Amino acid sequence: MNEFAESASRAAQLVASGDPELLRIVGLSFAVSATATIISTTFGLFAGAALAVWRFTGRAGVIVLLNTLLALPSVVVGLVIYMLLSRAGPLGSFGILFTPSAMVIAQSFLVAPIVAALTRQAIEDALRDHGEQLRSLGAGPFECALIIAWDERIALLTVALVAFGRAISEVGAVMMVGGNIAGVTRVMTTAIALETSKGDLPRALGLGMVLLFVVLLLNVLIGALRGWRLSGDQRRGVVA
Amino acid sequence: MGLIRTGRGMLMLSLLALTAFAAHAQERSIVVASTTSTEQSGLFSHLLPAFTKASGITVKVVAVGTGQALDIGRRGDADVVFVHDQVAEEKFVAEGFGLQRLPVMFNDFVIVGPSDDPAGVKGRDVAEAMRKLAASKSSFISRGDKSGTHAAELGYWKAAGIDTLAAKWAGYKECGCGMGPALNMGSSTDAYVLTDRGTWLSFKNRGRLAVLVEGDTRLFNQYGVIVVNPARHPHVKAEWAKAFADWLVSPLGQGTIAAYKVGGEQLFFPNASTR
Amino acid sequence: MSFPLIELQSASVHFGTVAALKDVSFALSRGDRVALVGANGSGKSTLLRAMHGLVPLTAGRRVLGETPSLRVAMVFQHPFMLRTSTLSNVELGLVLQRMPKAQRRERAMRALERVGLAAEAGRIGRVLSAGQQQRAALARAWAVQPDVLLLDEPTASLDPTAKREVENLIAEFSAQGITMIMSSHNLGQVKRLADRVLYLEHGRVLADVSTEHFFSGTLPDEATLFLKGELPWA
Repeated sequence: MNEFAESASRAAQLVASGDPELLRIVGLSFAVSATATIISTTFGLFAGAALAVWRFTGRAGVIVLLNTLLALPSVVVGLVIYMLLSRAGPLGSFGILFTPSAMVIAQSFLVAPIVAALTRQAIEDALRDHGEQLRSLGAGPFECALIIAWDERIALLTVALVAFGRAISEVGAVMMVGGNIAGVTRVMTTAIALETSKGDLPRALGLGMVLLFVVLLLNVLIGALRGWRLSGDQRRGVVA
Repeated sequence: MGLIRTGRGMLMLSLLALTAFAAHAQERSIVVASTTSTEQSGLFSHLLPAFTKASGITVKVVAVGTGQALDIGRRGDADVVFVHDQVAEEKFVAEGFGLQRLPVMFNDFVIVGPSDDPAGVKGRDVAEAMRKLAASKSSFISRGDKSGTHAAELGYWKAAGIDTLAAKWAGYKECGCGMGPALNMGSSTDAYVLTDRGTWLSFKNRGRLAVLVEGDTRLFNQYGVIVVNPARHPHVKAEWAKAFADWLVSPLGQGTIAAYKVGGEQLFFPNASTR
Repeated sequence: MSFPLIELQSASVHFGTVAALKDVSFALSRGDRVALVGANGSGKSTLLRAMHGLVPLTAGRRVLGETPSLRVAMVFQHPFMLRTSTLSNVELGLVLQRMPKAQRRERAMRALERVGLAAEAGRIGRVLSAGQQQRAALARAWAVQPDVLLLDEPTASLDPTAKREVENLIAEFSAQGITMIMSSHNLGQVKRLADRVLYLEHGRVLADVSTEHFFSGTLPDEATLFLKGELPWA
């Protein structure tokens, strides 16, 4: 219990100190994972929508594969992307290994299946209930899926948050393709791993608490934004 | 309807995001593949700023196990390899992956263990200590990760005439991990561990562990720096990589290495000119 | 009399092993005001969907006469409103037609005025009462200026006041000349709104007669029994 108390006080010290190195690490974590979330959500949404409406041979197999990718270990993704981006690999000439770009790419591939699988399920369920009425208005199958996706945007926002959470908390992929280079590709999770391997456990846990705290702030912000929008609607008499 | 606007907006954001990270190409920098123990000793935070100041070249260190560092060099993903496994390094150069191996510095290994030393290994002789550990079937944590430290450990068992593969005992545990995690395991299970002095000096979770075996010349751990062969990998920044290697063995670099101290103790002993 | 707008020729629809429509032939002419009656599961909904083209036929043909691009709109028993303003909901059909924004906004507002919901244009569609939502659905259908309006038990879920409001609107639409097919359990509604009645049972059309005839003339036994409200539970 003593260690936990020490970690909590370290976390508070870290946050209060405004240490520029820490700020840089937190900033990079957010930048990489947010970017990966945006990219994977864009493609995952469309893929999920397409899968929800498109009937083709082998569709059941694709869905099984997609659901399996939900359990993709982050270190495996890291390894595969590393081998692709390595100079010895097919995409080496781009020279983006050990840069934040590689980290963004790896995390995008990691979380895209999450977005696609959850989107597909949400859209398919809603389509079953309401797809007919949309079609009666002249919507083609893909248009139905996109309209439903937009209608379910709150649920899909939660999916995006799940993707972001998975991205910002993973360490295997960014460690492999980023190299945990100080000042360049070090993010919260790799920093925590480093402190752990140095034996400084309270500092490691303290960093972990800082990470959670920052994500908490993000979610509070999102909740506040939504509440502000909703109450705005109420004031304008738009919502009952 | 908001839908089309949202969709377009997302696509543009994605493209923007992808390109935002891409703009980094033209800086003066090299990638150095080195080991976790070297990084964790804190040497790089002390050494690299001095080099950058002298040359204007930024150094990006990827710190992994020796085996992985050499693999990174073989693939051409780094410009310089800076590890401490002479045999593996010479093979690296012989196979044409590196230009030349320059000795840089050495630090030493120590054997740490529970301060009451149940196996009675305390002393200067590492081979003797290893024999006693095997004989008493004591708890021993091995890194088991093809690192320089692991290679050294295997060398010491051999010197003691012990074949750990054949005569493995229950207390001998291979964690496949870095120096820090191995020490963590050692401290929480009161086991013996072979570690480099640098990591030990900065290690904060000692528990009941203390240095028991030190000073044997066989425990000295030699570091070498190798520039990755540009003939093999044309994109390697050979000129800047050579500048780094040359600086490390220059009087200025060697002096900077010697000046690095943890808790008042010098960790690394420059020996570029003597070998 | 003009050529049929939509015609089903010996149409059958199967859902798996269940036969929802069996060998149905039916021609809809411009200006028709048709009511579909029959017990639950008799095939009324399926017939409407087959007319619209929402379900594929497992046998027979669906033929579109006259207009090459016939506009068909449908109103369902439980209208589906998106999570957006009533106005945007009404615009949905027009958005799908790629109508420019200013034009579709104007058309949608006129549709809302038509059904008496202009004041609710800015409110979220889902918070309207059931009757209001059904009127919004009618506005949504009206906005695309359909040649044919299909209605699947449009007032079945509404309270008496709302029922009357919606019925009046339907009557106004058909008085303006919209061709209409409506399924209903409410025989009074049928009498008020239709000039032609189809009686269905087990997926077959057993009677296709004028409203007058349906309520006072000779009918097949099953239809007579249905009218008398004594349909056997076979």
